[in-house]
Amino acid sequence: MSKPIRVLVAKPGLDGHDRGAKMIARALRDAGMEVIYTGLRQTPEQIVAAAIQEDVDVIGMSILSGAHNHLFPKIIKLLKEQNAEDILVIGGGVIPEDDIPALLEGGIAAIFTPGTPTTDTVKFIKENVK
Amino acid sequence: MELIERMLNGDKRACARLISIVENNAKESEEVIRKIYKHTGNAHIIGITGPPGAGKSTLTDKLVKLLRKQDKTVGIIAVDPTSPYTGGAILGDRIRMNDHALDPGVFIRSMGTRGYLGGLAKATRNAMKILDAFGCDYIIIETVGVGQSEVDIVKAADTVVMVMVPGLGDDIQSIKAGIMEIGDIFAVNKSDLFGAQRTATEINMMLDLDQNMGRRPPVVMVTASKNENIDKLYHEIEKQYSYMKVEGILEERRKLNLKRELVELVEEELRKVVLRESDNNGEIENASNKLLNKETDPFTERDLLLKKII
Repeated sequence: MSKPIRVLVAKPGLDGHDRGAKMIARALRDAGMEVIYTGLRQTPEQIVAAAIQEDVDVIGMSILSGAHNHLFPKIIKLLKEQNAEDILVIGGGVIPEDDIPALLEGGIAAIFTPGTPTTDTVKFIKENVK
Repeated sequence: MELIERMLNGDKRACARLISIVENNAKESEEVIRKIYKHTGNAHIIGITGPPGAGKSTLTDKLVKLLRKQDKTVGIIAVDPTSPYTGGAILGDRIRMNDHALDPGVFIRSMGTRGYLGGLAKATRNAMKILDAFGCDYIIIETVGVGQSEVDIVKAADTVVMVMVPGLGDDIQSIKAGIMEIGDIFAVNKSDLFGAQRTATEINMMLDLDQNMGRRPPVVMVTASKNENIDKLYHEIEKQYSYMKVEGILEERRKLNLKRELVELVEEELRKVVLRESDNNGEIENASNKLLNKETDPFTERDLLLKKII
């Protein structure tokens, strides 16, 4: 029995554009990972609860609404409250360059902006999941 | 094991970790099941099966809502297929169940089949035991979308709900062997669609042909997306369960399933031992060469191999 990497792919917040999330879900699937896809308009609380029940190694979130500076730190905070900060959190979407350093500082492991080859994301996950 | 203690005390993260263990690690998995087995047997296990897109997840979501109104705790194992090429999977059943994500009385776990073909994953039965020990009143197992012959759910569940939808074929489909035989209850979902009544009639006619049935499975027309008739379906599930309990059928069924499970475990272990032994000595390789040259036949070689080991 080899253990596949489990990834929760979620769309927090209110924007309804999930093409990017689906694309990354598909790419991770093709890289041999188990992707739990939770769909649109998730609250940070729902995402963290799902991540814990699904015992995932990674949470991947896509945000295109501009609310990243609110939603990403919220997720990190909730994970800490649940003693689940071992879960790797990555983000993607339309995130301005200027916002990225603070998000990384706050505990997001990586931010992948538009144009990133999916292979980069796969590689990052494989290298960083313990 | 500390995780077991925590799980038995209601810690969801520990419960999730234990499920990962039974999925990923054969040796530790045995350890876990040995320790928790005496805590199992209290949940009513409901299997929800049916073809892809029939509405199993949506129906499960609505059933959970109803059960929660009565303050019953629910565990859900939702199985989706694993890619035979990459080993990856998209597990998407949760999309329909997000309303329950924050409910402390609900635990939802998605599971890839990881090469297992009967509609469940290899670890499903063990994960079920963990949720049972965790204290769930109900455990709902949602199978992968089934075709005609994925019937493993009967080996795991107390009550099987077969979800059908209109438009999948003529009445001959409904008298074929396989999945049409395993339902304790038939739910015709999407009953607001054209042809739903006809589908229900065909299933009813198929069921009426069977003379030797213990209890004739009821057919319920539901529209899960609109939450229509879910209460009727629930009522039928409860009726079936108490019928089985009163008539001693539940115990019989559980015993049969435990027997099957035990036999499977013995077979699996035996196969491992036999293959390991004969592989080590190169005997399978030798026999294959002889077979290729027609010096022997497969059954003679089988007997020889088994005689050496057992």
